[in-house]
Amino acid sequence: MYPENFRYTKEHEWVAAVGDAGTIGITDHAQQELGDIVYVDLPKVGAHIEQGKSLGSVESVKAVSDVYSPVSGEVTEINQTLAEKPETLNSDPHGAAWLVKIKLSAPAELAGLMSAAEYEAYIGAEK
Amino acid sequence: MPADQPLRATPLNSVHCALRAKMVDFGGWDMPVQYSGIIDEHLAVRRSVGLFDVSHMGEIEIRGRQAADLTDFVTTNSVHKLKQGQAHYSGLLYGHGGFVDDILVHKVADDHFFLCVNASNQGKDFEHIRAQNHFDARVEFTSDQYSQLAIQGPKAQATLQKLTRVDLSAIKYYWFTDGEVCGTAARIAHTGYTGEDGFEIYAPPSEAVRLWNEVLRAGEEFGIKPCGLGARNTLRLEAKMALYGHEIDASISPLEADLGWIVKLDKGDFVGRAALLKQKESGLTRKLIGFEMRGRGIGRDGYEVFLDGAPAGWVTSGSPSPTLNKNIGLCYLPTERAQIGQSIQIMIRNQPVDAVTVETPFYKRAK
Repeated sequence: MYPENFRYTKEHEWVAAVGDAGTIGITDHAQQELGDIVYVDLPKVGAHIEQGKSLGSVESVKAVSDVYSPVSGEVTEINQTLAEKPETLNSDPHGAAWLVKIKLSAPAELAGLMSAAEYEAYIGAEK
Repeated sequence: MPADQPLRATPLNSVHCALRAKMVDFGGWDMPVQYSGIIDEHLAVRRSVGLFDVSHMGEIEIRGRQAADLTDFVTTNSVHKLKQGQAHYSGLLYGHGGFVDDILVHKVADDHFFLCVNASNQGKDFEHIRAQNHFDARVEFTSDQYSQLAIQGPKAQATLQKLTRVDLSAIKYYWFTDGEVCGTAARIAHTGYTGEDGFEIYAPPSEAVRLWNEVLRAGEEFGIKPCGLGARNTLRLEAKMALYGHEIDASISPLEADLGWIVKLDKGDFVGRAALLKQKESGLTRKLIGFEMRGRGIGRDGYEVFLDGAPAGWVTSGSPSPTLNKNIGLCYLPTERAQIGQSIQIMIRNQPVDAVTVETPFYKRAK
């Protein structure tokens, strides 16, 4: 369910990084909690984002939630398809519905995030 | 509600968990907010049929020689006009004209009225009615004696009819019958909170699980879906039905909430009447009105509404409308500006977004 090569936050975001190139999204658990997603707001390409700060928001039928960046860096690409098809976040949150790509400014931050096994234990305990 | 207080559960709690519903704390109750998804459940009710557990709702019964007089005195609608077997929507007001609660009043007999009230208000409703009881009447708190299921949608009648010998087609809208469902004594009311055709059944809690399963089986051929509070909210919003704590509360009068139709000022005295008369004479300062978003975004509960660049009101409820594919909502505006076609801005996360006031209800079923 939760890819081994991702790192996870307590706020239910994931980041997959190769060197200093990262991809950020929200977890399957997050999309389940949110329900039907109707809007996704993302930063602009070139924006600097900081670990733990809001990089945008995801809005479902019942509520709007901030997305907190798992790592710091500069946005290199945003997932344009989500503007037209936000519901992809419900069906493929770990794949096609990635949110942003980022050039990591502090790759060491990754070590402080959870592994897949740790994240699964975390959401198991949260219930 | 204090954090150490355990959540209350309906008799169907384990059924919801087995169906893997997402559960939430709803006014102190552990309730399902969704099963398959709000949009999916919402559309099932509009197109076919959905089943809701609304056993958290409260029941209060008023009996005795002057049961009608007491019920009439504590509510805004005209109880003396109700026929036996008829129900109506009504308001329970404070002396100052604000809502204690909004309720359904069912006339079971000349000396027996059955009130369905909001879950989180039931305690205060009971105390409020008791405090006004200067009549030859008894007020009983009977929530523990009932579970309540709502079967809603164009296929609600076809679903429920399989399970009862009562001829459902003979029950007019907002009437009810004491009969049976699956052999269990049940009050079957042609009422609902979805803007769709449907029934609400009141039955003993011990029978709730069996009835729930039987209704799901009966509705299988129509694609029945269990529905949670999320869909209940989007459905009632499309139909512009008020939700306590949103459109109405202790600070809002029925006249402001566009609920003048449940207020019968000429029926005789009732709690809140003097305040409403005064409000009517001096004129309302604010009014509830519907809006549609023009810009991108959803104006949600509590967001500020701006007119000409200045704060002028607030959103009471807002949501995407799954039926209309628009973002809709209700808001309070100064009376003189609460006109259809008024441009407004809603402050969404510190950004003003354009919206326009529109006619309501947003959705009206074809009859």
